[in-house]
Amino acid sequence: MPNRPFPRKLDLTGGRVDMAHGAGGRAMAQLVEELFIAAFDNDLLRQGNDQAAFDVPAGRMVMSTDSFVVSPLFFPGGDIGSMAVHGTVNDVAMSGARPLYLSAGFVLEEGFPLADLARIIDSMAAAARGAGVAVVTGDTKVVERGKGDGVYINTAGVGLVPEGVDISGAHARPGDAILLSGTLGDHGVAVMSRRENLTFDTDILSDSAALNHLVAAMVAAVPGIRVLRDPTRGGLAATLNEIARQSGVGMVVREAAIPVRPAVRGACELLGLDPVNVANEGKLVAVCDPADADRLLAAMRADPLGRDAAVIGEVRADDLGFVQMETALGGLRIIDWLAGEQLPRIC
Amino acid sequence: MKYIEEFRDGDLARNLARSIHAEVRPDRRYNLMEFCGGHTHAIARFGVEDLLPAAVTMIHGPGCPVCVLPVGRIENAIAIAREPGVTLCTYADLMRVPAAGGRSLLRARADGADVRMVYSTMDALRIARDEPDRRVVFFAIGFETTTPPTALALLQAAAAGLDNFSVFCNHVLTPAAMQAILDSPDAPGAAAVPLDGFVGPAHVSTVIGSRPYEVFATDHGKPVVIAGFEPLDVLQAVLMLVRQVNDGRHQVENEYTRAVTRDGNAKAQALMAQVFEPRPTFEWRGLGLVPHSALRIRDAYSRWDAERLFDVPPLAVPDHKACQCGPILRGVKRPADCKLFGTACTPETPLGSCMVSSEGACAAHWTYGRFRDAAPARESA
Repeated sequence: MPNRPFPRKLDLTGGRVDMAHGAGGRAMAQLVEELFIAAFDNDLLRQGNDQAAFDVPAGRMVMSTDSFVVSPLFFPGGDIGSMAVHGTVNDVAMSGARPLYLSAGFVLEEGFPLADLARIIDSMAAAARGAGVAVVTGDTKVVERGKGDGVYINTAGVGLVPEGVDISGAHARPGDAILLSGTLGDHGVAVMSRRENLTFDTDILSDSAALNHLVAAMVAAVPGIRVLRDPTRGGLAATLNEIARQSGVGMVVREAAIPVRPAVRGACELLGLDPVNVANEGKLVAVCDPADADRLLAAMRADPLGRDAAVIGEVRADDLGFVQMETALGGLRIIDWLAGEQLPRIC
Repeated sequence: MKYIEEFRDGDLARNLARSIHAEVRPDRRYNLMEFCGGHTHAIARFGVEDLLPAAVTMIHGPGCPVCVLPVGRIENAIAIAREPGVTLCTYADLMRVPAAGGRSLLRARADGADVRMVYSTMDALRIARDEPDRRVVFFAIGFETTTPPTALALLQAAAAGLDNFSVFCNHVLTPAAMQAILDSPDAPGAAAVPLDGFVGPAHVSTVIGSRPYEVFATDHGKPVVIAGFEPLDVLQAVLMLVRQVNDGRHQVENEYTRAVTRDGNAKAQALMAQVFEPRPTFEWRGLGLVPHSALRIRDAYSRWDAERLFDVPPLAVPDHKACQCGPILRGVKRPADCKLFGTACTPETPLGSCMVSSEGACAAHWTYGRFRDAAPARESA
């Protein structure tokens, strides 16, 4: 009789996560093999070691990590799985780097349906393929029922920075142009529209997307890009304030130049939110020399993820580091970090 | 966004601003109070003050319900939330309001109390229906705008015999607070600021109408212009107030005719009167005790009155000694005049009422306008 380690296949329709799936025994080995390795399929993962070993190319590497606790797990335009890939790919890509490898750590709650887990893993795998990165190592833990919220995911990623590219939040200079790759607030509004105590009808989809291909096109067009950052939690306001602080500069952006979908604007109005504070998962802010702005904008608009890109303002010399906005009405105001939380757990 | 963008149009704003600049008299100042936090927020968020001549000063009044709620009532709510079996339902912006000793509803939740954020009274009512074993308390605050929905929830709870639902009532009344502003003595040593007129409430006036403000025009000689919450509404109201002042008139005018009538919403008023009655007096943060300025639940609905179901002792919690919220709310001082502003007192760590909610005078100035404190004094454009 052949020695089959897992005589019965994992029940991906009616099965549920139990404590054994994290206990290091046969059940965990089966979950890893039949679900994770099957979905993420690549040579490094198939080697079955506790670590992935790969050759390191010459040059600068970058590394980033992010944990994902979004609620609900599935939302219009994405889910925690695709987000966990996009989020870390984007954090790596914001250095101008080409993301290469990801790790994935899962904290599963006892009782979580295996069918939902499979859906999340398939979505992660599809997102990784789309971004051209491989999930090469992973980990699974299970916590008792009531001690988690279905699934938490941590991903870490490494990437390679092209020769001559030196992008940092500290590189913005007075006079530089500030560009935004597209509409604000889509992700935050899409997730909020599905929260249990706040269901409202909207056709807005999360913008969750891997930006590394867009970044590659931008870096190819303008290798001297000074700053790239994706305005996730805290939105555009937090991102611009971070850059202003790191670079020791001020900024002025024009409200009329910032693209916001009418449905997002309407939802924000209803909820008392400001689109500049709402989270995005597929947008980036770029700062470049003003002489490069047109070329960079054209490169962004040529990519599907940068179709609505716009120059939204400029960097100013300001010892106090204020990020200001010329309102559509014609006044000036600060755009600031949010005080406290806007809405919990949108990423 | 139709019917909103139209009221934020930059070209129309510049036209209105030109009219205001043309009509202000060089020899006088115009001290105008916008009562409502909604106006304060709109003025700050859209940079309306940049369009106004230097002669016009906007004074940010006490119409921010979170800001004026006394800390003692927050302490009461925290105590209620800690009672066994209680689910306290509250609007999100009350969660962070600090009470004494670092307490807050957010902290109480972290410590294990069941405090839930809701978007309407109906959410609280639904929780009470869905979870009959919980004693669901709705932490009701707000002016006349949010009072009718609370009344309706109480009536629905009564009709359904929903005895696990109750309301911790903190509803307050706008005209009483305006009266208090006009009556209040100025802080010792501070020069009195003569108010030249009020930008009257938008949403509150849809409920109570414009009639309740007539006493301020007739008895106090103060022009009142009721205005919507959009920036063009505010500019139009400022222009109407400048004209009244220039003409020596003091009338109640209505800029917000698309929503406000003289008599208001009779049905909403009837609902309020059925369920609530005035309290003899109520404490306002920044203003102190104001007679007949708040509502309590009538005896007929006492079964749903959290103040009678729980121990709710009156607690006097004074603001920080250096806090200037009182003079700021009366227009005697500006946020930057307070030495706590932006140092010890910020939106993350509010010490005074005006910093508590984004509609408060200090929070709005800190969040949107503090760059002006660093710039030289604004020139008349």
